[in-house]
This record gives sequence, structure tokens and C-alpha cells, in this order.
Amino acid sequence: MSNRIALTTIVIREVLRFVRIWPQTLMPPVVVTSLYFVIFGNLIGSRIGRMDGFGYNEFIMPGLVMMAVITNAYSNVVSSFYSSKFHRNIEEMLISPMPNYVILLGYVIGGVARGLMVGVLVMIVALFFTDLRVEHPWITVTILLLTAALFSVAGFINAIFAKSFDDISIVPTFVLAPLTYLGGVFYSIDILSPFWRQISFGNPILYMVNGFRYGILGVSDIDILPAMALILFLLLLMSGVALRLLERGTGIRS
Amino acid sequence: MTTALSIRNLQKTYANGFQALKGIDLEVEQGEFVALLGPNGAGKSTTIGIINSLVTKTAGQVEVFGFDLERQRAQAKACLGLVPQEFNFNIFEPVEEIVVNQAGYYGVPRREAFERAGAVLEQLGLLDKRRATPRELSGGMKRRLMIARALVHRPQLLILDEPTAGVDIEIRRSMWEFLTRINREGTTVILTTHYLEEAEALCEKVAFINHGRIVERGLVRDLIDKLEVETFVLNTRQPLREPPPLGGEYPTRLIDAHTLEVAISRAHSVNTLFERLSSLGIQVSSMRNKANRLEELFLRLMDGSRNE
Repeated sequence: MSNRIALTTIVIREVLRFVRIWPQTLMPPVVVTSLYFVIFGNLIGSRIGRMDGFGYNEFIMPGLVMMAVITNAYSNVVSSFYSSKFHRNIEEMLISPMPNYVILLGYVIGGVARGLMVGVLVMIVALFFTDLRVEHPWITVTILLLTAALFSVAGFINAIFAKSFDDISIVPTFVLAPLTYLGGVFYSIDILSPFWRQISFGNPILYMVNGFRYGILGVSDIDILPAMALILFLLLLMSGVALRLLERGTGIRS
Repeated sequence: MTTALSIRNLQKTYANGFQALKGIDLEVEQGEFVALLGPNGAGKSTTIGIINSLVTKTAGQVEVFGFDLERQRAQAKACLGLVPQEFNFNIFEPVEEIVVNQAGYYGVPRREAFERAGAVLEQLGLLDKRRATPRELSGGMKRRLMIARALVHRPQLLILDEPTAGVDIEIRRSMWEFLTRINREGTTVILTTHYLEEAEALCEKVAFINHGRIVERGLVRDLIDKLEVETFVLNTRQPLREPPPLGGEYPTRLIDAHTLEVAISRAHSVNTLFERLSSLGIQVSSMRNKANRLEELFLRLMDGSRNE
């Protein structure tokens, strides 16, 4: 009972935090995605033609949603948890009786909530540019939730190790952005040479984007079950790492 | 009597090799008001950090109301409330939310948390600031907010790390009154402070800590009784040119023409001193302790441990 109340408290606090600053948290992905649709979808996309049997706007839509979800889930947790470390109000939680898994789960649910909210907003934007139809709703929702949770945990681990605000922007800029752009958001890996196609299989975001695309459009460059298994495995692995770090007090206890 | 806090052989060595605690033993009984005194870097905040799970101990054992901090962590932590030395708020969060969230972390249901937050903010004179953010509060208000936050889950043991540092006399006095009241109502209180008169005014027990060890502890009145020599400052009506010849048992120093400093050991009385001053035709208009008595003891203890 106590842990449930503590968890609810963190989730409410996290949701209020990103809703309170909505121009910084909810609006930018809407603006950026609109630009992607206008420039890549309409202007350039009309010259690219069809991809995997779909119009270009339709093809890139799942990837754009997933990109927004990944970025926002990650940045929500990394910035919120690091800010708590920086202002030292993390001590409010550390001195309380709640176990470490509640702290982690609270932040992850907060990250997932922002990821989903942004995902829904991007889908609403997409409706202005393409017809939205969902081929496999359960797969769509499952992939969306697992991916948002995975990147929330990843953001949490980043924040644990971060010693300055610079440290929380390094991973999104130099790791997350390249992997996302090269993760099949804008193209099918079938257009790549065999060598680069093989390299692409090492990019975990490819599985998430394609899994989500399968849920929405019913097409994917990869099998859906291995994709879901990989996301689940990574989520469990990183959650274990995050909990271990919390238990050891890495970056938060002296 | 229930033991509120039991610390045995507490040790802490930081990653850089600095040994902050070299084996602290401390017992605090339920209902007591205890001060932990010592110079900067003595180990007070490290001790408090370990009790509150903010610092990882190297060795030793901590029990809070009989709950082992390692094995019965949740139960032990539920008994504790902490007012840290430095402000540690989310500066963008409104005052009321800070207090309500803290209650939530301790498992207080949200509706009850709002009721409790309202009550505790009112007690500390912050109710009209409940929609403000900490950035809009004065230093004294922030201190009071930290106390409100620490009390909202109704801890049995409240630990305050220099709670009155940097606040004006009026606020300090009102905080003293508040802490005395909650102690009388049953909350055990431990505080660290650099204001020795604060410890003497509030606490029945003190423990002096230096170089990571407790060098003295006990009831305030017993410790003060241990003072071998007290130094008094006397203001004279007549101007003096040199220290009056009071004898070797009353070491005297002339501060200025109207101010004398006299050290009186326990073996000699103040009455005799006044008799001698009268016989020399010197009239005293006022007299006071040169330092707070606890401060005098503190300085001697610190000198002693430096010379060890």
C-alpha cells in the first residue's frame, strides 16, 4: 500500500512536471514532425515515390512517431532525474522508506507517459498528411510501451552517471540521434547494399521502428517476434543494471 | 525507556581515502533533545548522512527505534525526519506540492497528505506561501519549509543539521520555541549546530565530535560542571591604568580602562573576588561570562583533541 502511494506520488509529480512546461516538452516534437512531413513527406517524398508499397508520407509516419517517442521518453527521465540530483531534491526520495524499484518505476512511468503523449500528438499531426490505419493494434501498443519504457530506463542510467548538464546531452546527440536516423525511419533497409543492410541489423532502433511500422502498416523489414523479444530483453537487462546502480548508490550516495 | 537511536562503531572512509568517522558510538533515548557538536569537518554531517541513508557507511551498525538500518531499512527510515544543512528543493515545485510529495514518499494517501501539509505549513507560518515556489521564499522561510517537509510524515526522530544557520535572531528564537514544543509533544530531536548557546538553551544532552570520534558526551549540566575555569568580563566604574593585584588565584587581564577579564577556577569563589576588588576601591557595574559555558568547554575539548 505504502509503495503504491509512493509510486503514484512520483508519477503525478513527473506528469505535472512535463505538463507544466508543455511548450518545452510537448510542442517541439509536434513542430519538428510537422516539418518532417512537409519537407520529407510532401516536397521530397513526392519525388521518391512509393516505398514497400506505401506512399512516402504513409511509410515514414510510424518511424516519425517512434522517433518522437524514443527521444521524449529518454529526455524526460534523463533531465528530470539529473535535475533532482543537481538540486539535491533526490534526497527527499532517498531518505524515505520506498524501495529503489519504486523510484525507478516512477521515473519510467513518467517517461512512458510523456513518450505516449507526444506519440499521440505526432499521430494527430500525421492525420493532416496521411490516412492513419492501424493493422495490428495490440502489436502497435505493445511495441510503443516497451520502447518508451526501454528508453526511459536508458535515460535513467544516463542521469545516474551524469555529472553535469553536458553529460545528459552527449548520449542523445551522439548515440541516440544517429541510431534513430539510421534505424529505418526514412527508408526500408531493402534499398541498402547487403553490407550496410547487415550493419543495420546491429542497430536496435531498427527493430523498434520496424516493429511499430508492422503494427501500423502491416509491413516490416524484420520478423516481429524477434523484434519484440529483443526489446523486452534489452528492457529487462537495462532495468537490472539501473536497479543495481541504485542499490550501490552510484552517482547519488557518497 | 526506548532507545530512539543506537549507533555502534560507525566508520566511514570516503573514496579518496579520507577517514571521516573512526568508530562513533552514540545512544539517544526516546524523547530526548540532543546536540551533536563539533567543528567543521568533524564528522557530524557524515554521521547524519549515514543515519539518513545518504552516505554509505564503511562499518558499524545503526538502529532506529530498534530497527536495523540495513536489514529493516523501510521501518527504520519511516521513523526518521531530516532537515538537511543546505536547501534541497526542486526550485520549480510549489511549496505545498513539495510537502505533499514528501508525505506521499512515506506512504501517506494524497488527500490526507494535503490535509497534513496544510496543518504543518500553518504551524510554521507558511500557509499563505503554499502556491509560491522556493525561489520566492526568504532564507528563513526556506528553513521553515524544510522543517515542514521533514515533519509531514510525523517522524518519531527528527534530525536537524544546522537548522538555524544564517537566520536572524527573531526567526531563530521562534524556531527554538517550535522545536521545544514538538520535543515536549514526544518527538525525539537531534541537532547539529555551531551556536553553542542554542545547544545549551535547547538540549539536555550533548555529544562533542572531533576528528571522527566522540570526544565527550553527557548531560549539559554535568558537562558544564566539569569546567575547571570560567572566564568573566567585569565592567568597572572607575577607569583603571593596570590590572589590579588580585593574587595568583585570579589571573587578570585589562582589556581597556573600564573592562577587566578575570579567570576564576572552581576552587575559588566569586565572593572573594568581589571582596578583593572592594578592598582595592574598585566598583563593578556589570559582569558577564566571556563565552557561553558550553562554548568554553567546547573550545577546551577541541584544544585537547588537537594536542593529542
